[in-house]
Amino acid sequence: MSTDTLARKPFAPGGLLRRGDLGAWPVVGGLLAIAIVFGTLNEHFLSAENLTNLALQLAATGTISLGIIMVLLLGEIDLSAGSVSGLCAVVMTILYVKQGWNPMAAIAVALGAALAIGLLHGLMHTKLRMPSFVVTLAGLIGWQGLLLYLLGRGGTINLPFDGFVSRLSDTWLPPWLAWTLVAVLVGGYAAAGLIARRARMAAALPAAPLPWTVVKIAGLAVALAAAVAVLSADRGVPLLLVIFGALVVALDLVLRHTVFGRWMYAVGGNAEAARRAGINVTRIRVLAFVLASVLAGFGGILAASRLSAVNQASGGSDILLMAIAAAVIGGTSLFGGRGRPYAALLGILVIQSITNGMLLLNVDSSVRFMVTAGVLALAVAIDSMARRGNAR
Amino acid sequence: MLTVTGISKAYGAVQALDGVHLDLRPGEVVALMGDNGAGKSTLVKAIAGVVTPDAGTITVDGRPVRVATPRVAQALGVSTVYQDLALCENLDVVANLFLGAERRRWSVLSHLKMERTARDLLTSLDVRIKDIRVQVAALSGGQRQSVAIARALVGEPRLVILDEPTAALGVEQTAQVLSLIRRLRERGLAVLVISHNLADVCAVSDRVVVLRLGRNAGEFVTAEATQEDIVAAITGASS
Repeated sequence: MSTDTLARKPFAPGGLLRRGDLGAWPVVGGLLAIAIVFGTLNEHFLSAENLTNLALQLAATGTISLGIIMVLLLGEIDLSAGSVSGLCAVVMTILYVKQGWNPMAAIAVALGAALAIGLLHGLMHTKLRMPSFVVTLAGLIGWQGLLLYLLGRGGTINLPFDGFVSRLSDTWLPPWLAWTLVAVLVGGYAAAGLIARRARMAAALPAAPLPWTVVKIAGLAVALAAAVAVLSADRGVPLLLVIFGALVVALDLVLRHTVFGRWMYAVGGNAEAARRAGINVTRIRVLAFVLASVLAGFGGILAASRLSAVNQASGGSDILLMAIAAAVIGGTSLFGGRGRPYAALLGILVIQSITNGMLLLNVDSSVRFMVTAGVLALAVAIDSMARRGNAR
Repeated sequence: MLTVTGISKAYGAVQALDGVHLDLRPGEVVALMGDNGAGKSTLVKAIAGVVTPDAGTITVDGRPVRVATPRVAQALGVSTVYQDLALCENLDVVANLFLGAERRRWSVLSHLKMERTARDLLTSLDVRIKDIRVQVAALSGGQRQSVAIARALVGEPRLVILDEPTAALGVEQTAQVLSLIRRLRERGLAVLVISHNLADVCAVSDRVVVLRLGRNAGEFVTAEATQEDIVAAITGASS
């Protein structure tokens, strides 16, 4: 057989559809629908100011959702993410405000605590063979308890408004910096895409047709430019959004291009096969729980920054459930092995848009919950239909 | 290249293997046959380093070796394809071929190098998969079996053990896998095939080794034996 029968244009969108892998398109379609519905019902929804608020609202829960994706990829679950996020925020605040530590040191110690918590979860799961559901359910309750204990009687600790932590969520990129960032990102993406394409051609491997590569680069450029144009019309691009975006991109690169990422997917897809292939499955699992807790902790710090305070409700209420729902709506499989960090970004965009739009319309939170539930159910339904079409 | 002499293994009161010998040579396909419980799996596991035999020796190129773990077996050039294939269905063909043995620079995957090697390997084996970057979940049973066999070759082994490679396949896919096994022989590899299917065994093997109740129960040159001889050895009817 000649090699050209192996050839196919791997990036052609038609190919994706034929494979039954709809990718992110249903979510993007959903986002458009949300924008149109709320945009027509309330002229304020698509205003620069509201979209800026939306960007601020999604960073904290989105970061926690990133951590959730790390364990979902292995087919596990982390129910403790909310409590851990709250606990880390409280640890950071106590060290920073009460003990007068340097804020960076306080954040570092808080993240270190999250790391230790994740390590504990991971070891309990792998060494004691406890189901992740139970380990992290205990975590959900226990770390919440520790949070209340540490907060003590007062119940609320305020962060200084002009302090480092609060400034995190009140820093805005000046337009020149935002546009430079867009140029660097698009330029980097274009260069990487074209270099990879040339390398594939040089290696006589099937490469995407040039127009498709150009379309993807142009698409990214248009999306980023639109976001910056809208956000700059208000206060500018919030630093919080840049941090969250950087985390998403970094994690995606790690998962797709490193041995660790490949092994994460392998363990999530077939742990026994991974073990027989010589992969240290235990280590991968522990690392996933560590990543989940550290990202949850960091999300908690971002939330504290935005609130400029921590209190007994930090990391509580619906944060955990929204983070899990965001991961799933974005296209992460609950059964492991499928999903990308972009799911957190897309999913949290959907959830926050609905929340934000409903609040603008003065809809009761009872209705908001029901609508969010509907979207979650729809997302999972689309996902499993797509997968049934895929598996023959 | 690999010789097994006088291997015994007992599980509690059950004597799974009792003084079995087996001789495997490069460029030869040996079929291992026997009824359920004849000791085929235990023998293969002993060679693959999954179980440690109670007695007996395994020699590679005339040198006695101790195959304590699967890793040792792999280092000795023994590669095993188990019946369940152990593929990650969510990963593409290239990723599965190099699973656990990813080509990398530092920790960064060398996608191109792996994809080229995979393409060349599959082409040389005449394995027809239209797009090797498609998830294994989207492949047919025969293609999956082919991928699993091709993966066994990535570590450049000298002996490939195939556990029931055609058990779950249709007629056409079985033919594909059998011709793939012939191509392994052409590459000068020693091949050990465990099978229940007499037709497949006669089609592809050079020699047939029959086990019965943990002992050697017959050895035939495939071209010279009739199916009746082999069946008789398997069932014990001849003795």
